[in-house]
This record gives sequence, C-alpha cells and structure tokens, in this order.
Amino acid sequence: MAEDDFVLVEGLNINFAIPGGTLHAVRDASFGIAKGETLCIVGESGSGKSMTALGLMGLLPSNAQRSARRLRVGGHDLMAMSRQQLSDLRGSEMAMIFQEPMTSLNPCYTVGNQMAETLVRHRGVPWRSALITARDWLERVGIPPSAGRLDQYPHQLSGGLRQRVMIAMMLMCEPKLIIADEPTTALDVTIQAQVLHLLARLQREMGITMIFITHDLGVVSRIADRIAVMYAGQIVETGTTREVLTDAQHPYTRGLLDCVPVPGKTQRGAALGTIPGTVPSLIGRLDGCGFAGRCRHAAPACLTGLTALAERDNGRQVRCLFAPATLWGRA
Amino acid sequence: MLMFLLRRSALAVLVALSVSIITFALLHFTIDPALAMAGEDATDADVQALREAMGFDRPVHVQYLGWLGSVLTGDFGVSPYFGLPVSDLIVERLPITLTLGALATVFAVGLGVPLGVISAIWPNTLIDRLSLSLAVFGQAIPNFWFSLVLIIFLAVQFPIFPVSGAESLGSYVLPTIVLGTNAIPPIMRLTRTGMLDVLSSDYIRTAWAKGVRPQQVFFKHALRNAIVPVVAVAAIQAANMFGGSIVVEAVFALHGIGMLAYESILRSDIPTMQAVILIFSVFFIGFSALSDILNAWLDPRMRVA
Amino acid sequence: MQNAVKFTTTEPSTPTPGQVLRGRILRHKGVMVGGTVIAVIILIAILAPALAPHDPYAQSLIRRLRPPVWIEGGSWAHPLGTDHLGRDYLSRLIYGAQISLTIGVCTALISGVVGTTLGVLAGYFGGWVDAVITFFVTVKLSIPTILLALAVVQLFGGSLNVVVLVLGFLLWHQFALVGRAVTMQIREMDYITAARTIGCSRSRILMTEVLPNLMNQIIVVLTLTIASAIVIEAALSFLGVGVKPPLPSWGIMIAEGRAHIFFRPWLVMIPGVALFVLVLSINLLGDGLRDVTSPQGRS
Repeated sequence: MAEDDFVLVEGLNINFAIPGGTLHAVRDASFGIAKGETLCIVGESGSGKSMTALGLMGLLPSNAQRSARRLRVGGHDLMAMSRQQLSDLRGSEMAMIFQEPMTSLNPCYTVGNQMAETLVRHRGVPWRSALITARDWLERVGIPPSAGRLDQYPHQLSGGLRQRVMIAMMLMCEPKLIIADEPTTALDVTIQAQVLHLLARLQREMGITMIFITHDLGVVSRIADRIAVMYAGQIVETGTTREVLTDAQHPYTRGLLDCVPVPGKTQRGAALGTIPGTVPSLIGRLDGCGFAGRCRHAAPACLTGLTALAERDNGRQVRCLFAPATLWGRA
Repeated sequence: MLMFLLRRSALAVLVALSVSIITFALLHFTIDPALAMAGEDATDADVQALREAMGFDRPVHVQYLGWLGSVLTGDFGVSPYFGLPVSDLIVERLPITLTLGALATVFAVGLGVPLGVISAIWPNTLIDRLSLSLAVFGQAIPNFWFSLVLIIFLAVQFPIFPVSGAESLGSYVLPTIVLGTNAIPPIMRLTRTGMLDVLSSDYIRTAWAKGVRPQQVFFKHALRNAIVPVVAVAAIQAANMFGGSIVVEAVFALHGIGMLAYESILRSDIPTMQAVILIFSVFFIGFSALSDILNAWLDPRMRVA
Repeated sequence: MQNAVKFTTTEPSTPTPGQVLRGRILRHKGVMVGGTVIAVIILIAILAPALAPHDPYAQSLIRRLRPPVWIEGGSWAHPLGTDHLGRDYLSRLIYGAQISLTIGVCTALISGVVGTTLGVLAGYFGGWVDAVITFFVTVKLSIPTILLALAVVQLFGGSLNVVVLVLGFLLWHQFALVGRAVTMQIREMDYITAARTIGCSRSRILMTEVLPNLMNQIIVVLTLTIASAIVIEAALSFLGVGVKPPLPSWGIMIAEGRAHIFFRPWLVMIPGVALFVLVLSINLLGDGLRDVTSPQGRS
C-alpha cells in the first residue's frame, strides 16, 4: 500500500444485523493497487471477497453497514461522496462484471438497448450513435458483427456471449477501474480461457486497473500482478504474485497451495493436502486469529485480541503473529 | 405463439358452450317457462296452449339447439317481463356496464400499481404499512355496504356526488370507487411482491453498477419485469367486476347489464336470464383468455422463442 | 506437531415443530388479532340467548326507529336503537351473528368436502378424469358466483338450508385446486422413490411432509371460504334473495335500513360494521395462517 496507489482501501468493515447477532462479513480489509495493475483477491466461498468488491462499489444490500478509514479510487474519496456522485462514477469511472452472466442482463430489453443506455447515461451522446458504438464494441469483444445482434434478447445468447456483452457494456465508457467478480466461474471450461484472454487483453490495451476475484489459483498465476488472500472476512496475506505463490507466509495460504496439484511436481497417487476443520462462524464476538482453530502452529496467543494485518519489510502484509522462520522451522 | 392462440381460443369457445348448456338445462328443469310466461291467473288450458305455441313441449336438446341457433343470429328471444326483445335490452344496457367496468379497472390499476411500486421501493416503512392496511381493508369490505357508506358520506352528508342514476359522468364516480376498491388489493400486493423479487435480482444489480439513475432502475428496468403477472391479474379482476356490477348497479340504480341480471332473476324472466348469464361468461372467458395471452406476449422469452 | 486448539460452541436446543408453529402463531399479529375477534364473536353468538337484552323478533310500533344510546333521544333500554318495526337492534345484531357464522361454517364444510374430494380424484387418477374435473372448474369459474347464487337460490326458494347448500356447491374450487396439487405431489413420489437416499419410507414421507402440508393449506382455504360465504350470504339477503325476513341476517338488516339512510344512517352502519369486522378478522386469521404455515414463514 502506498499513498500514490490508484486504489486505496483502508480498514474496510462490512457488517450485517441478523437475528442471531451481527454478521461480520468483512473485517479490517486494507490493500492498495497501483495504476494499471491487476490485484487478484483469492479465497474460498464466504471469505468476503465479493462483499469487499460490492462494498467498494457501493452496491451492498440495504441492510449492510459499511465503514472504512479510507476508500479512494483514482483521487475520488468514496466515503465523502453523495449517492448521486457515486452513481455518476459507477459505469463510467469504475465498473464491475459479475459472476452469473445468465441472470445479470435484463431479460426484457435488447442487448443493444442495455449497452447504449450506459453510454447515453454517462456521456450524453445521442441514442443512435451510442448504438453504433455498441456494435463496434461487440466486435471488439469478439462477437462477429452479424446483423441483428443488437436487437437480440439476452436469452437468445449463450453464457459465454452474454459475458462478452457484459464486458463490452461495462468497458464502453472506458472506466479506470474494473472489478471482475469470478467472471469465468459459471462458464464452460473451454470458454473460460477465451474470456480470460479477452479481459486481460482489453485491460492491457486500455491501461485499466483491475481487481479480479477468484478461487481458482491457476487463473491467479496467469493474470495477477499482486495477490490478496482472504479468509473468514479478513485479508490474511498480500504480496506480488511471485512472492505469494512461491513464498507464502501465512499458514492458510500454504495450506491452499498444498491443495493444488502441480504438473510435474505432484506424484501420481500422492495425497493432496487438506486443511482440517471448518470455517468459523462470522457472527458475534470474534477474538483472535480466525484461522487459529485449524492451524497446526496455533498458540494460546492466537486466540485472543486482534491479530492485525502487519506490514513486513518488503511491502508484504501478513496477518499472523509468527514470522515464517518460526512457523516452518517448527513444523 | 400461434398454436397457443388457437388452442386458447378453442378452449374458450368450448367453455362458453358448456356454460350455455348448463344454464339452459338448469333453467329448463326448474322453471316451467309456459307457466312463468302465462302468469298466475292463467288456466291449465291456456298454459298448455302457450306451451305448444312457444315450442316448450319439444325435447330439451331440440329446444337448446333452437335457442343456440337464434343466439348465433343475434336473436335472444323476447323478455316476458319487459315485453321487449332481449337483444334490445342488452344493447341498451351493455354500454353502461362496460363504462363502469373500464373506469373501475383504470381506477384499480391506477392506484394499485403505483402503491405497489412505492411499497416495494420503501418496504416496511410507514407508507408500506399504510398500503398493506388499505389492501386488507379493501379486500374485507362488502361492496354492497361500502356503496351505502359512500352514499351516506359523499352524497347525503356532503352532497358531492349524485345518489343514483346514470345521467352524468359524475354518477359513475362512487360506483367506480366501490368496484375498484375490491380489485386494488390483489393488484397492489402482486405489484409489490413482484417488484421486491425483481429488485433483488442480478440484472437490477447490474443496472445499479452501470450507474443508471434510480427512476430508470425502478421504472424502466424493474417494473417492466414485475408487471407481467400484474397485467394478467388485472384482466382477471376486470372480469370479476362483472359479478360485482350486479350488486353495485342495483344499489346505485345504474341500468346496466348487472341490474338487468338482478331484475330478470327476481322476475324469473328466463330468456333474459339465459342471455345475461351467457354474456357474463363470454366476457369472463374472453378476459381470462386475454389474460393468458397477455402473459405470454409480455414475456420476451415466450414471444421470441 | 499437532497443537490442536479446540473451540467449544454451545448448541442451542432445537425446538420441536409443534413449538415452532405455536411460537410463530403467537408472534403473528394478524393471527392473534383476527383470532381473538373471531373468538369473541363466536362466543357472543353462542351466548346469544343470555346476552341479547330483548327478543329479536318482538315488534313494537310505539318504539319504532329509536336512535342508539350515543345519539340524542337514545336510551340504554335499546343501546343500539330499534328498527322500523320497533325491534331491538342490539338483539338482532347478536342473533344475526349466529346466522352469519352458521352459514359460513356449514357452507365451508360442504364445499370443503366436495372440493377436496374432486381435487384428490383429479390428482390421483390424472388423465381424462383430471381433464374433465379441471374443465368443470373452468366452466364454473366463468360464471360469476354471485350471479349463479342469485339465480339458483331464487329458483329453489330462499331459506337458510337452500343458501347453505347452494353456496356449498359453488365455493369448492379452491379446495379442488389444493387437493389436486397435493395429490399430484404424492404421485410424483413414485419417481422420487427411486432416488431415495436416506431410506425414508413412502408412508413416512406421507405422514411427515404431505399430510401436514395438505392440512395447512386446507385450513387456510377453509378460513377464507368462510369469509366468502358470509359476504355472499349477506349480499344475497341484502338483494332480497336467500334468507328471508324476519330472520335477523345482517344483510337483511342493511337492506331494511337502506330506506332510512338519509336521516338514520346508523341502521345501515351498525350491521355493516359488524359484518366488516367479522370478515376482516377472518381474512386476517386466514392470511396469517398462510404466512405462519408457509415453508419459510415469511414475516
């Protein structure tokens, strides 16, 4: 995290008031992204990755409570802006692509209508020219310019095509930040790679800063500049891709990496790593390190107080009381 | 889509025919038409003569087919009570009922849909609770009593509207309110539920993410999706208003088809009863078919498939 | 080395389905308010002979059209005034509750039996039996209920029994729909049997899932049918068809009071309010029961 980062998130908390108490979906999340970089947020389901993204965009459900010390995107202080101003930013300066292409487009309006709408809203161009731009963009995302694509309804397109339309729709206004929340998870494996390539190419061409959320470590290794690992609502480790993947410093990250078979290294028939135990409940008082219940190296000190996200010497952050030498030396 | 239309229309015709058969049979086996026509002082011989003259001694299915044949040419027979051709009576009175029904439907939709939308945008707030309470009351209030209440307060205590009759458009106001109030609750509730469902859907989240302005999100994106079942229900409510019109027209002395039904029942006026029941069911069947068709047409998934 | 740290969690004791249901019922405002009012009205109807200050049929031309006690000229001898024949309004109102409730419940029971049977038959046999019965329902729905009720009751002469029978045979369609839907669910279980993984026997599923679901839905429909029957009966007697004077049906009372709405509006207002309150409470109870027994128990 640096002051001149394009995206700066400091101390983001997202809570929900539910019948059983308070659900802490995201606790004390902090990270920074330099301009043009890709940050991958990695974690299992329920770790709070999507919530962090929605919190940043201001798209949380009405019963959510968001607080943060700082939320800055490209010079805009998101905490200090009115609803109207945030609405102006969304779609034009910062955009988001969602996981489910099958349900993320309005079934009652044509593709062309939904795409042109964004441009007209933010740039004030006349409808006809917006449609022309939309057609150009469809071509740009790899949908061949067959006649009538713009007049088609979402249900007439496959999942992969719909996701391309989403990407085009969100990039049309040339935003500076794009958040992609597991955009390929719901697609066929063969299509996944295509969409991924597309996104990466467009990001490079347009110099966009990207937050890419995924649980797939394979994808991470290919497109990420930096990684943030999330567990139980907290960021437990950040660093460059190389640092995190080859020299993980948090026991959870190590555990994750152990689960993934590596072609060439993992022996046939060898048991894949597992992390024993289950994710703790996020409701009510939460003391100590969230991973302590499943960690081989847990000590009594891990159970109390707040285990902070500490910055280590080379700009990396790790939420663990122990230095790697202590941990891996012990095991 | 075309197959659907054809099938739906065929079903409608079949139902209409069945209704007419059942009505005809019911009336035939419970009332002696010759006796009803002749009156109470007629002798047995007179009644028998009348029976033969009018063809009431023929087998029932022959009589039915005869009636059906006449109906298809627009001849519904002559009303013994009014002394006029039934078709004349119908032509004279149908416009009143249709006007009332149309006004009441517009009233119900015009109040029900916006209330439902507002309740969905601000759920569990005061305005939501007020709308829901209105719905609960509207559903429980008996329309014949509600008519009288409105008359008492708006025509007697504060003479704003006429008590009865159909001279001016103003005389339609109170009956419209009564008929419409029964239809508002289902329309409002369905709009509200539909909007709540739609507002939590992924494509609405996409709209917010695109920075679409709130009015556009609610009315362009959400309502268009939520309104589909409401239109179908509105058509059914419009159909139900025909039943409700019987009581409302009777109380407000509006000489429409509803009142004609009431009068003909009281006087055992068989040709008129048959005609009125047929007309009511034809309209109902037509409206429910319209409702099904609208349902299919408004959902692009069905239309373009 | 394994330094397993154990977290102890206290599991709350899980309540039984019966307790859950009772809890939901007690918390639901609609059910409690509606249920209480109905209980009070039922009590009043049952205790009518004891509660009514006068004979509801006793006429007295001297005491005609007395106002209720809160209007000038009223007295506590007749707290709700008297009607155009000098009969005590309060007594007539109380006995009128008997009529409304009796008709409502009897009608609902008849239509419940008829409708559920037809529905179950349609769902169980399927095929052309189902098609015929469903067609029958569609035809019946095409004629406005009140029109048919008016016609048939008038044809057969108005009396309590006739009204109950006619309405009983006109209000069964909702029961048929429910019976059919649930029965079809049972039929589908044959296919689910093949996919049984837990080893639940079919009769067990019947007992624990299907039958309670059926009972819940039937009770809701029953409640709402009672309300419909009460309203339609009142409309019929208001129109002069159905139950005949001097029976103190609320509909008749409103009809008789209609001639006096200009100067004595209470004659119309009082029985109307009673009818409205009764129907409102039944609706609240029925809607509330539906909320409470739905799978999610939505608030």
